[in-house]
Amino acid sequence: MHRELIPTLEEKARNLRVSIIKTLHRSQSGHTGGSLSAIDLITALYFHTLRHRPEEPAWEGRDRFVLCKGHAAPAQYVALAESGYFPKEDLMMLRRLGSHLQGHPDSKQTPGVEVCTGSLGQGLSQACGIALGLRLDGGDHRVYALLGDGELQEGQVWEAAMSAAHFRLDTLCAIVDANGLQIDGEVAKVMGVESIADKFHAFGWHVTEIDGHDMGAILAAYAHAATVKGKPTVIVARTVKGKGVSFFENKASYHGVTPSDEELPRALHSLGCLEKL
Amino acid sequence: MIQMAATRDAYGTTLLELGDENPAVVVLDADLSGSTKTGLFAKKFPERFFNMGIAEANMVCTAAGLAAAGKIPFVSTFAIFAAGRAWEQIRQSVAYPKANVKIVPTHGGITVGEDGASHQSVEDIAIMRAIPNMTVIVPADAVETAAAVRAVASFKGPVYLRLGRNKVPTLFDNSYRFRIGKGKVMADGCDLTFVTTGLMTAQALIASEVLKKEGISARVLHLATIKPLDGDLLLDAALETGAIVTGEEHSIIGGLGGAVAEFLSEHAPTPLVRVGVNDRFGTSGKAEELLKYFGLTHEGLEDAARRVLERKGAR
Ligand SMILES: Cc1ncc(C[n+]2csc(CCOP(=O)(O)OP(=O)(O)O)c2C)c(N)n1
Ligand SMILES: [Mg+2]
Repeated sequence: MHRELIPTLEEKARNLRVSIIKTLHRSQSGHTGGSLSAIDLITALYFHTLRHRPEEPAWEGRDRFVLCKGHAAPAQYVALAESGYFPKEDLMMLRRLGSHLQGHPDSKQTPGVEVCTGSLGQGLSQACGIALGLRLDGGDHRVYALLGDGELQEGQVWEAAMSAAHFRLDTLCAIVDANGLQIDGEVAKVMGVESIADKFHAFGWHVTEIDGHDMGAILAAYAHAATVKGKPTVIVARTVKGKGVSFFENKASYHGVTPSDEELPRALHSLGCLEKL
Repeated sequence: MIQMAATRDAYGTTLLELGDENPAVVVLDADLSGSTKTGLFAKKFPERFFNMGIAEANMVCTAAGLAAAGKIPFVSTFAIFAAGRAWEQIRQSVAYPKANVKIVPTHGGITVGEDGASHQSVEDIAIMRAIPNMTVIVPADAVETAAAVRAVASFKGPVYLRLGRNKVPTLFDNSYRFRIGKGKVMADGCDLTFVTTGLMTAQALIASEVLKKEGISARVLHLATIKPLDGDLLLDAALETGAIVTGEEHSIIGGLGGAVAEFLSEHAPTPLVRVGVNDRFGTSGKAEELLKYFGLTHEGLEDAARRVLERKGAR
């Protein structure tokens, strides 16, 4: 691994956090906490691990990414814009009438989005279908699916987990953004899902558990997942909801709340962004 | 001599042909491949058949993923478990993205028979029809089914193609050209029109013959495609015959009768009687007994015709 890679990706993730905050401040609607917890995982995918061609979104050789926790769309959108799928100015139209950036990912409208998500619990199944389809064509494409930890409460996730192991989908890599929070509070209090690792293990998956904000660990986990044969891999990424903005961190109340005018400069300051607004 | 054949059998054999012709065709089932007849495909093309176990929600979304990877997935189970259990999956993962997924359930309606209400889907047409981007088709016989299966395989986009369990009379011959969204006038008439779908079209043809002897001239308009509705033929029927009786193996709420009522009240208010399951659940029994019990017979249609003609005359 190139020595500069990790700091470069860390800097990229920091900039994307800034972009998420500005985007959500402009839209005044959208999901802040889960976008910030997932952005390191997403940055590593889009700017290192994924094979993709932003100038050719339908390129057949591309790896696929499914944002199962579709409410974190801002995190995917800033990564897509930064990659060059569409102009960064489009981000300012998030959730507006007529915008191609819908509240939740829409494959018909946004270049680089593979399937439609937003209703939790369906994305992993779709990712399995993509992996099955690509395998029929003899490809070695990899399929990444990012889930929330609250999302694991959906029974369909476990139907998908069962089928992915049954079909030995070793091109599939699920990532759980385990930030410990959902809308109504702590996952453990709403409806406990632990041990996530043991559950996936029992379903026949290869399991890795990492710090989801440690760029080196993220890259290593993705690289390792690609070497696992005969079974799918899940990366249980321990994260902090709202990560990077001190006063958003670990607060369920910032799940679906956007930065106010008053919070914006403080949030950017917290991210080490000192630029004048 | 009337030929009898089940629509699900025609589905099974047509899938086999499609499997040969088009390598993109894949099939998913949820532990009912013997009943839905996808088992034939499974045997011949095991690598393109996915038994998803008893997990319909996952099956539907997996099919959406396969479609995103360029495949043409056919998804089968019983109608109640496809449309009912996986409704929101169909809505979010299939219809919203216009995924090229063909949901082809068998065992639609009450003729499931002995299994009873838990297995008898009388709401599926209504709930599938309500979803934007969905096409909803209910063929009348095996010949039309084979043609419809081919048509939906070439059509790009989501389809709900509802099939039945039992043998039904074969009405069409091989010269029949099925087109999605197009109805067919099966018998002409000027006093009223039976607008029917699925197995009720055969009953409408009998009813039309019976009524002829009473001096009543009943047109039979078969609408295999319930969405999009063939507004042209329906409007002709309303304007030219002035009375409509719908017939379907489904609740009178929201299915063909509902669709026709919506259309007529907006475009050509016309006396209408809906024949179908009258806001009730199904029940156990033999298919033939059940059709009589629920009035889904030519006699039921004839009664409805007499009632609608009274209202037409009173206008
Ligand atoms: C099927 C479904 N039910 C409810 C919701 C509403 N909802 C949106 S986000 C969310 C909580 C998600 O929690 P988690 O998966 O932990 O996501 P994260 O903490 O990463 O934001 C809920 C309940 C939904 N989008 N889909
Ligand atoms: Mg969470």
